[in-house]
Amino acid sequence: MIQTLRRHLFATPIDAAVTILGLYIAWRIAVPLVHWLVLDATWHGTTREDCKGDGACWVFIRARFGQFMYGQYPVPERWRVDVVGALFVAVTAALSWRGLPNRGRLAWASAIVLPPLGVVLLHGDWGTGLELVETREWGGLMLTLFLTLYAGLIAVPLGILLALGRRSRLPLIRFASVVFIEFWRGVPIITVIFLASILLPLIMPTGVDIDRLARAVIGLAFVIAAYMAEAVRGGLQALPDGQTEAAQALGLGYWRIQRMIVLPQALRISLPALTNEFISLFKSTTLVLIVSIFDLLGIAQAALADPAWVGMNMEAYVFAGAIYWFACFGLSQWSRLREKRLAERGR
Amino acid sequence: MMRLLRDRKVRDILWQAGATVGLILVVWFFVQNASANMVKAGIASGFNFLWRDSGIEVPFNLTGYKQSDTILSLLWTGIVNTLLVSAVSIAAATVIGFSVGLARLSHNWLLSTFAAFYVEFVRNIPLLFFVLFWYFGVLAALPTPRGSLNLFDVVFLNRRGLSIPTPDDLTGFRIALPIIVVLVVAQMLIARWARVRQARTGRDFPTWVVGFVLCGALPLVALVVAGFTTKWDVPVLRGFNYRGGFVLVPEFVALFAALSTYTAGFIAEAVRGGILSVRQGQIDAALALGLSRGRIIRLVVIPQAMPVIIPPLTSQYLNLVKNSSFGAAIAYPEIVAVFMGSALVSTGQSIEIIAITLAIYLTLSLAVSLFMNWYNARHRLVTR
Repeated sequence: MIQTLRRHLFATPIDAAVTILGLYIAWRIAVPLVHWLVLDATWHGTTREDCKGDGACWVFIRARFGQFMYGQYPVPERWRVDVVGALFVAVTAALSWRGLPNRGRLAWASAIVLPPLGVVLLHGDWGTGLELVETREWGGLMLTLFLTLYAGLIAVPLGILLALGRRSRLPLIRFASVVFIEFWRGVPIITVIFLASILLPLIMPTGVDIDRLARAVIGLAFVIAAYMAEAVRGGLQALPDGQTEAAQALGLGYWRIQRMIVLPQALRISLPALTNEFISLFKSTTLVLIVSIFDLLGIAQAALADPAWVGMNMEAYVFAGAIYWFACFGLSQWSRLREKRLAERGR
Repeated sequence: MMRLLRDRKVRDILWQAGATVGLILVVWFFVQNASANMVKAGIASGFNFLWRDSGIEVPFNLTGYKQSDTILSLLWTGIVNTLLVSAVSIAAATVIGFSVGLARLSHNWLLSTFAAFYVEFVRNIPLLFFVLFWYFGVLAALPTPRGSLNLFDVVFLNRRGLSIPTPDDLTGFRIALPIIVVLVVAQMLIARWARVRQARTGRDFPTWVVGFVLCGALPLVALVVAGFTTKWDVPVLRGFNYRGGFVLVPEFVALFAALSTYTAGFIAEAVRGGILSVRQGQIDAALALGLSRGRIIRLVVIPQAMPVIIPPLTSQYLNLVKNSSFGAAIAYPEIVAVFMGSALVSTGQSIEIIAITLAIYLTLSLAVSLFMNWYNARHRLVTR
């Protein structure tokens, strides 16, 4: 025990100095932090006046929790958001169970049925009898997840097509794919969201109105599709040519080869890279704040303007930041774990 | 007919022709709609608006831009502001990133854990969060000018920004600069001479020590001397605010802090990956040859790690420049904020403005990827 300590922390005099200095700095940061976050914090109450201590005022988060989760979504209708969330989770869980009969077909069916169903449930009306909730009222964590999920649902197939296009035999298709990918990868996402919100209504025929939220989803999806295409291309390149050649020798056509031989293997290889793109998409959704759509970070930002809760900046940021951090960290750990398990199985 | 369709060449041409026609039709449809909509909304087209007076105020600019200047010079001001914050942040991010990356590989458990914490903390939170946090969370909570944080009585930080001194005249620095250039050239000549001599006679020359003196210590002395002989315009508190010197607005400070600390996390990972990619066998072999620790790092590790580090490092730099557009969220006057924001609202010529903005970023990205291709090609030739 003491030997390990010595080797890892006090090997040389300089090492010892670094360790002691590090411990001191950590102490100076950790103690006030713990005091602010937990010990001196106020947890119970309803108004700002309940926060008398020097620590954080978690009462603020408690009072605004609903808004952080659902934005301005009307309170009596919030069960619909929960239902959609539960639906997505349940279907994903069922589909990841290997013993499910007809798993492939069910996956296709739910990929086609579920996303429109989710939108209808959230938006309401259109002859459903549900109360209409316009996208302007959506917000908070729910909107962040919505943007990530729907932009991702567009971006993954588009990215796969672009990656195939970039490796296509046909020069024109290859050229078009390269231009598309490099264009969207070359510009900042903020400009794309601006562009989508300004140009999309302009290029549509008169009378066709694209919802503000849909514009943001399309803009995000295009950029992320370009990045995902590069991730998939990595997987395609890692695949030996013999796979395609063997399939050709069996007489399979292009699309069948891609669907049955190439993509299942290539996507497995590029899954870590794709997960990274998903994490970056999740982080990028915060940029919709620029076009006044209030996702989790936007709601936290907007909450600061409430005169009843002046000076709650730190509480709002710490809460929102913690959610982002746990989501991204969890996702990247899951990807790492999965990679490790695959590597072990392959050996 | 059917036989013709089965022919691969014919099918290739048909596929491509179909795709091209489809693409042209889609684009034509959009252009048609756009021009119809623009005529209806009464929006002018063309690039003449660039020479019109902008009437937009930019509180922070280095170009001497005034409200009565043209929109073109407004754009130029935005570009300069983007480049300014990017350059300063790149320098800081590189220093922090390399330090954290190396610290993560340290034998000291505490140091490497701290570094790992830093990387995992920064990489898993959106950049916009950091920008807003620094701007509204940290800088807005700073004291008023009267209670400024004081650094050696020359630099003052308060909620109105960071006041730094500026030199009154540049004569001292004008003399120092050529001296530094001469020193660097001398170092390059010495290094070449030492290499030739070592190849011929095997005798070694302490190039690095000399280089440290010639390119590090002496230029520093020259700059310090120049700094002390120059008269500085130091900010002084007058009434409610600081006068004199130069004020870096809080938007700049917040964006700089966020960009540099965020990108540093990604640079640290690139550095770590590069160094880990040097196989242990290389180091063992160098040890067996009796090379010292410093030499192993200099002659074996760095030359093999750098080619692995530089491509991801370059793309992080490019990301940082693109991410400087996050300044628009806190109204730092960079390209997107002044041009895609203010100028677009005042002129309404969205298509032209968006095209120009995208063209600027695309040129930059293209230049960087050309550099990267050149670098990779050159490196491949060297190793094989």
